[in-house]
Amino acid sequence: MLPWLGELWGNASSAHAFGRRAREATEAARDAVASLLGGRPEEVVLTASGTEANNAVLHALAPGDALVLSAFEHPSIDRMAGRLAERGVEVRRVRPDRDGVVSAEAMLEAVDERTRLVCLMLANNEVGTLQPVSAVAQGCRERGVPLLCDAVQAIGKIPVSVAALDVDYLSLGGHKFYGPLGAAALWIRTGAPFAPYLVGGSQERQRRASTVNVAAAVGLGRAAELAATEGEEWASHSRRLRDRFEGGLARLSDVTVHGAGTERLPNTTHAAFAGVEAQSLMIRLDLAGHAVSTGSACSSGAVHVSRTMAAMGVDAEEAVSSLRVSFGKGNTEAEVDGLLATLEEAVTALREARTATA
Amino acid sequence: MGETVAVAMSGGLDSSVTAWLLSRGDAPVLGLSMLLWDRSQEARNGRCCGALDLSDARRVAEQCGIPHYTLRMEEEFRRHVVDPFVDDYLAGRTPIPCTRCNTFVKFDLFLARARVLGAARMATGHYARIVEGDGELELHAARHREKDQSYYLFELTQEQLAASLFPLGERTKHEVRELAREASLIVAGKGESMELCFVAGGVREFVEREAGRRGGPSRLVDREGRELGEGEPYYRYTVGQRRGLGVAAAEPLYVLAVEPEENRVTVGPRDELACGGLTGTSLHWIGRAPQGEVVATVRIRSRHPGVPALVRPLPEGRAAVEFAEPQIGVAPGQAAVFYEGSRVLGGCWIEGGLPT
Repeated sequence: MLPWLGELWGNASSAHAFGRRAREATEAARDAVASLLGGRPEEVVLTASGTEANNAVLHALAPGDALVLSAFEHPSIDRMAGRLAERGVEVRRVRPDRDGVVSAEAMLEAVDERTRLVCLMLANNEVGTLQPVSAVAQGCRERGVPLLCDAVQAIGKIPVSVAALDVDYLSLGGHKFYGPLGAAALWIRTGAPFAPYLVGGSQERQRRASTVNVAAAVGLGRAAELAATEGEEWASHSRRLRDRFEGGLARLSDVTVHGAGTERLPNTTHAAFAGVEAQSLMIRLDLAGHAVSTGSACSSGAVHVSRTMAAMGVDAEEAVSSLRVSFGKGNTEAEVDGLLATLEEAVTALREARTATA
Repeated sequence: MGETVAVAMSGGLDSSVTAWLLSRGDAPVLGLSMLLWDRSQEARNGRCCGALDLSDARRVAEQCGIPHYTLRMEEEFRRHVVDPFVDDYLAGRTPIPCTRCNTFVKFDLFLARARVLGAARMATGHYARIVEGDGELELHAARHREKDQSYYLFELTQEQLAASLFPLGERTKHEVRELAREASLIVAGKGESMELCFVAGGVREFVEREAGRRGGPSRLVDREGRELGEGEPYYRYTVGQRRGLGVAAAEPLYVLAVEPEENRVTVGPRDELACGGLTGTSLHWIGRAPQGEVVATVRIRSRHPGVPALVRPLPEGRAAVEFAEPQIGVAPGQAAVFYEGSRVLGGCWIEGGLPT
């Protein structure tokens, strides 16, 4: 990425030599993203975020249309749906079960002739549970309704093929697979309807006006290349650490791993520690050098009861005692063991503190 | 390395400098902000509980090189501060939410959270001092009277004092701002927060919004019960208030009493506001409780200069305070705080005035 911020700087839309060089780098990156997904390069629109990619698909819905989505989609879809509802779009949310999986039948039951779009994430961004995207996509295909799959959380962790999933739109974000922050893409199946969200110049084949962020695109492309070649190794490494971690969790009493019996991303554990306030746990772990997260963080760094937990029917007390731990290629077994030791100590201390004040 | 100190960071100048001073010391410091009242929808700045100020707190913590977290305590704040504040107004009293916030939120719930996170003590940007006394800790007014906030801290206990640090107690506001400038803290130019942190706009409108209703007009009467006319709803008046009565009279009129049940507001000339003393509830002593009566300087509101008085403890946590000379503006709901020199002995919540 760095040369494209320095000596190779150039506007990919310019016809001169500097522009052409930047253009080629951008297109090579697009090729890499397309190749990772098994799609065609011209189907890839580079965006500044997964949020933008998702918003761009949803915004085109009009009053009178119906939108079907799972009840625990990412806020970039859920809140956009809320805005559409204010404008007269009928929004139908389908709740996942207690394990964090939505039923394909229930999703399809909500689809009717007014439905213009169905949204289903590939993996939930909090609990990591995989959703029956291809089954829903097949039903949507039969009904002639396009499907947007938010694959931001899944990309780089499990193989993602737009052909196998048979979706019409798919969003991904670079920072979820070791790419840069602020580099993302929307894949749009050839022939799928699309109205540009950002209008102006004719960049991205008139599907996204804006000067292309060349360095970000190059970084995203490189991340996609690596995900294609090393993704399997990343997954098995993080799965090994995750399983080691969950094995260790069994030593603590009253810990519930959410979605434990379902197909999940290989790299995350989402667990409730009964009687422990997760934010306090997160802070203690952070102070000890372990970066974990609570359900979801708001802009002020404070914790809400997670929408995902609520959608799954997890009660508030359990929801606020839940923590998400993610493992990546840079983590080691020693770190997992260190985390477990700190966690055990912190959970014990927090439970004692609660008993003392109760 | 000492024990960890948690700093309560509002994003304002004082608590920011407090964090800065502590971060220069040896003990580990943990920055904690409380989200007390989510006003993000109002998009206003400059108050202690808005999300924008919390973002300032986070930036200052980064400048200080200390970890920072935001604790959501909106429910607790509503329960212990906002709801009683509204109830007080509706009951015809003039509340001091800052004291309740100190007593129930900052030095209780916040301290408990800080301890759970591994902190041994907490620090705030209050202008007050904690002094080692004769076998007990003493709370004293700030070295410089202009910013003294000890009035709002009269309900603190020995245990709370032992767990608290007030690093600004010896400093002037000017010095504090200079420190912020020298450290290039982003809040160095920030103004004073004069209003209540959770109230945007008028207090009376806030009370009505929270109460979900607006009362009918009150009856304005004089001491003898003679009707003088119609007034605003009773809770819009506080004892000692002068302006806005809308009644023509030979001399300026002041609110003498507010009676919610009657929706009646008694007004009269200034000299009728004078009280010879007061009765109070929830009597609290910071140190050992005295045997019998105590001579003290009593402040009956935060900016009151104080009056010599005799404090007489009564059964059931009540107290009677006799002033050496009559005082204007004894308002139910305010605190009467007892001083011996700069030392805060304790105080009580004003129930009503005693005649001269």
